[in-house]
Amino acid sequence: MGIIIRTKHTQPFIPQPDDSMIICRCEEITKGEIRKAVYDGMRTINEVKRYLRAGMGLCQGQTCQRLVLGIIASESQISAGELGHITGRMPVRPATMDYIGKSTEHSEGVERYESK
Amino acid sequence: MKANDKSADVIIIGGGIMGCSTAYRLAKEGVSVLVLEAKEIGNGGSSRNAGGVRQSARDIRELPLAMYAVSNIWPTLSEELDIDVEYVQNGNLRLGKTEAHVTALTNLVKKSTSVGLDVRMITGNEAREICPYMSDEVLGASWCPSDGHANPLHTTLGFYKKALEYGATFATGIQVFGLQKVKGRVRQVVTDDGIYEAQHILLCAGHASRAIANTVGIDIPVERETSEVFVTEQMKPMFGQMLGTSDADFYGHQSAHGSFVLGGMGGLEKFTSNYYGDETHNVTLPKLSRGVIKYFPDLANVKIIRSWAGQYDVCADGVPVIDNVSEVPGLTIAFGFCGHGFGIAPAVSIALCELIMKGKSETIDISKLNYDRFAAKG
Ligand SMILES: Cc1cc2nc3c(=O)[nH]c(=O)nc-3n(C[C@H](O)[C@H](O)[C@H](O)COP(=O)(O)OP(=O)(O)OC[C@H]3O[C@@H](n4cnc5c(N)ncnc54)[C@H](O)[C@@H]3O)c2cc1C
Repeated sequence: MGIIIRTKHTQPFIPQPDDSMIICRCEEITKGEIRKAVYDGMRTINEVKRYLRAGMGLCQGQTCQRLVLGIIASESQISAGELGHITGRMPVRPATMDYIGKSTEHSEGVERYESK
Repeated sequence: MKANDKSADVIIIGGGIMGCSTAYRLAKEGVSVLVLEAKEIGNGGSSRNAGGVRQSARDIRELPLAMYAVSNIWPTLSEELDIDVEYVQNGNLRLGKTEAHVTALTNLVKKSTSVGLDVRMITGNEAREICPYMSDEVLGASWCPSDGHANPLHTTLGFYKKALEYGATFATGIQVFGLQKVKGRVRQVVTDDGIYEAQHILLCAGHASRAIANTVGIDIPVERETSEVFVTEQMKPMFGQMLGTSDADFYGHQSAHGSFVLGGMGGLEKFTSNYYGDETHNVTLPKLSRGVIKYFPDLANVKIIRSWAGQYDVCADGVPVIDNVSEVPGLTIAFGFCGHGFGIAPAVSIALCELIMKGKSETIDISKLNYDRFAAKG
């Protein structure tokens, strides 16, 4: 990511006809909400995610990430490559606490380093 | 400040909640402010914490900040920032499973009540009345009804958004290397984008602050420590309290969204090769899961969606340094928050604003958080 200078917006927020289009399906975030987040000062994909929850749902942004990046890029005039990507997080798929809690029980190598 | 201008009245190093909230308060007073952030807004602990807004179990030296924030700022912060910070004031339970835990908790309670905080010890059964999902393993707990939790992402970005509205400038992607004096005052910030200049500099870059302060001869004993947090799928509302345990098995709460936000340490992260990165460790999540299930058996089949790691800036004696540095006129420092700076941040920024503008903190007593309190024993 390069240098991004953020200052107060000078123009009023202008709604667009397709603002109600859903972009992040897991969390039901619309194009208009993402545009407004950029207007409010959010620039990177992680900032928009933290501000709106776009990409925070069950699919962890696998569906909407490119679309969200495209909207931020066109609203902020910054190329999508400069805006980062959603950080991949463990676990890769949702799993219960019970399952994860037991996941190191039978693995000797890991068990050695585990605190009780 | 113009976009290509490299100077401001005040330069703030670090775009976490301390930097964003102080930028907001200064800009509101009409001061020209520039925040320099190495990565993104809220890249550090400010976006990685578990949202606890807690007065109980704090060192009494920083309790005035916590009590001021809870009495005067948190209840109306959503309106002030024009964003829902999801502040919930449903109390904090700190749980004990053994007699030793209960004794440790009782001692903490005594200290806090001595300075006027309403916190008391309750039995396991009383704790289960407050939070019915808790297992029989809980023997006793400390209970502070005025504690609570909030959404750290919205709070940090809310301060950022308002700071922008009042005219502050933020520059991200700029790494600060050090500071330089001009005619006896600190004036220049050395970065990978050249030199920036200000009349006054606030250093609040978390654990990275130590090395930056070193460049003007100031050393504060702060080290970093990794802690991890995970969130679960959405559940129906089950409990509203902020939770912690005497044994530090885990801490956390159920968010407004319905997901549980729970965190803690595995205990052995320090011995891995990637300890100083923001990466999670494979032993931590299983250990935290088992810890949570012991206290809350009903959560065993709740799915974990994601987890992450963050760094604490741990100060040698357990409380932060928030002060003007007399050997380096023009420099204010605020770091060493020891893993619980989020809840006090809205009050810390009031103190910082006064330190910068008036030379001293008048509203809140931070006299025990002075930078020159460290001396080797003996
Ligand atoms: C896992 C975890 C759980 C926590 N839980 C709680 C809790 O429940 N309750 C609570 O009150 N507190 C909690 N905390 C602590 C709290 O998050 C921190 O005390 C608080 O966020 C500190 O804010 P800050 O602005 O000082 O630091 P940070 O948010 O870390 O911000 C510092 C910023 O400085 C930037 N920076 C670093 N080096 C440089 C450089 N050289 N040049 C430019 N910029 C730089 C970083 O990128 C970062 O954005 C937790 C912390 C963690 C990690």
